[in-house]
Amino acid sequence: MKPSLRALAVLLMVAAPATAQETLQPPAAFDSITDQTARSAALFEEMGKVLQSPRCLNCHPVTGGPTQGDDMHKHMPPVVRGEADFGAPGMNCSTCHGSENVSFATGPGSIPGHEPWALAPLSMGWQGLSLSDICVQLKDPARNGNRDLEALYKHNATDGLVGWGWEPGEGRTPAPGSQADFAALTRAWIDTGSACPQ
Amino acid sequence: MTTLTVNGKEVTVDLDPDTPLLWVLRDELRLTGTKFGCGVAQCGACTVMLDGMPRRSCITPISTAEGSEVTTIEGMQGPEVTAVQAAWAGIDVPQCGWCQSGQVMSATALLQMVPSPTDEDIDNAMAGNVCRCATYVRIREAIHTAAKTLEG
Repeated sequence: MKPSLRALAVLLMVAAPATAQETLQPPAAFDSITDQTARSAALFEEMGKVLQSPRCLNCHPVTGGPTQGDDMHKHMPPVVRGEADFGAPGMNCSTCHGSENVSFATGPGSIPGHEPWALAPLSMGWQGLSLSDICVQLKDPARNGNRDLEALYKHNATDGLVGWGWEPGEGRTPAPGSQADFAALTRAWIDTGSACPQ
Repeated sequence: MTTLTVNGKEVTVDLDPDTPLLWVLRDELRLTGTKFGCGVAQCGACTVMLDGMPRRSCITPISTAEGSEVTTIEGMQGPEVTAVQAAWAGIDVPQCGWCQSGQVMSATALLQMVPSPTDEDIDNAMAGNVCRCATYVRIREAIHTAAKTLEG
């Protein structure tokens, strides 16, 4: 092992030290907002702490490939989306990403993994979008994988790859709160009319 | 105990389940054609075929390879790898040679999936294989040469 290559590689993988995990407010924290539409929009803004965390944004790009790390730097090695949102022929996501997070055997850090592991489809990209635009996009069956609101709830509450955001492995800050917290907020947002922030 | 097939032979190893596949290949099975480069899936030197697909063995716990078929550079067979190796030797792609087994694995996988790759196809597929001698232009040329050989 060449020390310089090792140092560069570790620097690329763990360039951004993980910071303390944020929390999510429970739905009850919004009960004081008497206007239901305003309360619903406020609930979505709380959900936005998750939706706009690096754990979600990195694999919801609006262009070619993913970003990585808490600072959302360009994925290294360079990768492309590919026709199936799974990388290029000869270097699919699974060339490096396995079915689980794997700690490096020779130093700090880890490589993330889950089964399945892939980019969100281009129609579901939301890097750089406002929370209002993300909200409208999330509710649009033409852009959300043909999901109605109940399917969206199920996705947020039970999908394993969504859940990975709270178990991202060494070197990555988990998404705020927990998947159960996120599910509760999603439930409350839907039940109050699924309004979007302005 | 973990049982897997390596180059067509079933092997069973009694190691910590977190042991990287690369350690097993090199230290236990003495298949040293597969190289250790960075240990963090950044350089591609450790690339093997896992159930027919390229896989970085340095970040593959042996437990996740249970029941899988692993092919290393020593066990590669078929027209694509034969064409790649001939093209590699033909224009002296290997310089120091450290990355070459990984390069050959990735190039072979690409040609198995895309018989006539464009420059872009090659760049995308080979982006994870670092060459410290910077023979990238030759690597690309050799893959085109191998593709033409396979066309017959």
